This record gives sequence, C-alpha cells and structure tokens, in this order.
Amino acid sequence: MKRSNTEIERSKDLERRLQDLNKRHGRDQAGKEEAEKSGPAKAGIGNAFRLSSEFISAILVGTAIGYGIDWLAGTSPWGMIVFLMLGFVAGILNVLRASGEMVSPSEDKPDASGRQNENK
Amino acid sequence: MANDPISQFNLTELIPLQIGSTDLSFTNSSLFMVATVVLTSGFFIWATGRRGMVPSRAQSFAEMTYEFVAGMLRDSAGSEGMRFFPLVFSLFLFILVANMFGMFPYFFTVTSHVIITVALALLVFATVLIVGLMRHGLGFFKLFVPSGVPMAILPLVVAIEIISFLARPVSHSIRLFANMLAGHITLKVFAGFVVSLSSLGAVGIVGAILPMIMTVGLTALEFLVAFLQAYVFTMLTCMYLNDALHPGAH
Repeated sequence: MKRSNTEIERSKDLERRLQDLNKRHGRDQAGKEEAEKSGPAKAGIGNAFRLSSEFISAILVGTAIGYGIDWLAGTSPWGMIVFLMLGFVAGILNVLRASGEMVSPSEDKPDASGRQNENK
Repeated sequence: MANDPISQFNLTELIPLQIGSTDLSFTNSSLFMVATVVLTSGFFIWATGRRGMVPSRAQSFAEMTYEFVAGMLRDSAGSEGMRFFPLVFSLFLFILVANMFGMFPYFFTVTSHVIITVALALLVFATVLIVGLMRHGLGFFKLFVPSGVPMAILPLVVAIEIISFLARPVSHSIRLFANMLAGHITLKVFAGFVVSLSSLGAVGIVGAILPMIMTVGLTALEFLVAFLQAYVFTMLTCMYLNDALHPGAH
C-alpha cells in the first residue's frame, strides 16, 4: 500500500507541530517532563505503608516458622523465641533494603551507597 | 445499608451454589470482580479496535496506560522482563479498577478482602519461584546466600534471608488489603459523625461541618491511595520478577 503524498505531508506536519509544542512546554522530544518532580512526593504515603508492612510481615513469618518448628519437634517455646528474633532481624533487613532502593542512584551519598551495596 | 462502618465489607450470596462440600456461591464480591474484568477488557478492546495514526481520546488513554506499566516493568526487570508484561498489566488494571469501583458509594471493594490480595500475591510469588527455578535451576537459591559472608555466620544469614523472602507475599498482600480496609472504614466513620451530629439540632449541624470537611478531604485521599496501592503492588511485582530473572544480581 502506498500512502498518498498529502497523507505523508500531513503526518510530517503533525510531528513538527508536536515537537514545537514539546519545546514550548519545556519537555524533551519524547514528550517527557524535564524534571519529574511529582514522582517522589506522590509515592510518600506508599513508601510509608510499604516500610511498615515489610517490617511487620517479616516478624509474623518468623514467628510462624518458629511456631511450626515447635509444633513439629516439640521444642516449645524455644523455636518460637529464636525465630521471632530472626524474623525481627529479617524485618530490619527488609526495611533497610526497601529504603535503600528508594534512594535514587543518581543522588551521591558515598556512605549511604556503600551500605546499600553491602546489603545487596 | 446499615450505618456501622464494617457492614460494607459483608459478603452476600447472590446466586447460591454448592458443589460437593465446597461453597461456590456467586457473591457480591464475585459480581464486582466480573464487573472489573468486563470493564477493563471491554474498554481496551473498544479503545484499540479502531486504531488510528492520530489516536482518539480512548486510544490515547489505552496507550498511556500501556506505556506507564511497560516503563515500570522495563525499569526494574529490564527488557527481558517484558515477557511478564501480560501478567503485570493485568494485575495493575485489576487492582486499579477494583479499587476505583470501591470508591463508588454502595459499591463493594474487592481488594478490601485479604483472601483476594493473598491470592494475587501468591500468584506473583509462585511465578517468581517457578520461573526462577526453571531458568536457573538450583542457582536460584543463590538468592539466599549473599556473597562475601564469613562461613561462621552463613547459616544465620541464610535463615534471615529465607524469612525475608517468605515475608514477601505476606507484606505484598497485607499492604493492599489493609490500606483499602482502613481507608474505607475511616471514610465511613467520619461520614457517620456527620449524620449523628446533625441529628442533635442546630448546634450539631454547625458541629457537623468539621467531619464533613474531613470526609471530603479523605475521599480525595482515598482516590490517591487507590491508585497508589495499585502502583505499589505492580512496582513490587516487577522487582520480585527481577529477582527471578537475575537472582545473583541481588
């Protein structure tokens, strides 16, 4: 199928006008905002809920595993105590990981990034 | 509908159905799940049906949604992760539309029941496990063994890593369910204040202005949370899928 000349011209014209518009609105050619300021602010509540649930769920899972081990091996209450502690540690680890991933890599914080790599 | 804040989450059987000892009744929850699926698939079929060089409003919206989810997936799981796009896109739309349905008065919020969100989170968890084991075999378990840890504390670290891994579906599901449940209860409680205060006469009506303002504000917040939780759920799905594809990179 060959497109007619007028059709090609029209699509070129449209592209040119789109680029003009993007330039005028301070966006790059792909139409993306120059600085996406709305990103981090919008995700604030999400991050807060995420961190707390990461922490709590690890403790819950640790306790459940410990309880299961006690139930199977009859070592009550030691499995639960040990795995509650381990779950606590895992929760802290989860929170550190989650918050480490929230810091964008472009931000230069030498000590923070070092710790982040250690965690991964 | 009753005035207490919990009754909005009651399940009611619309079409009772019992197969063997299993209760397979069609409930109001099922109705809204069907409505969610029908609305999303219907919209996307309709919007992309008449594709044009210059997109119509509906087509443009469909493309924007696609680009949004595709960008999210590509950022966290790489272009390799795009093979999971159908799963991630369906999850995002299902949760988003179900949350938004819940914002209509008298509508049922599907995602406020933990069984739904657990099913979705376990789906992601099982996908990560199966894909990880299929692609890397036993190498997938390197996920639990961080490099550069002394042998002496390795068992401890592995136990912690395993707990942390198993905690994923729990936090993944609880976050979505708890947000929707808590948000809807708060909204209903404040709306209830308006009703009970305004029945106290003139002073009550003046006093009811405050919870009224709160209700309006909370409604806006709930819309934000409804979108945000769909976004966070999808975002974490992408990150977990990334672990299945590159377990060593962690």
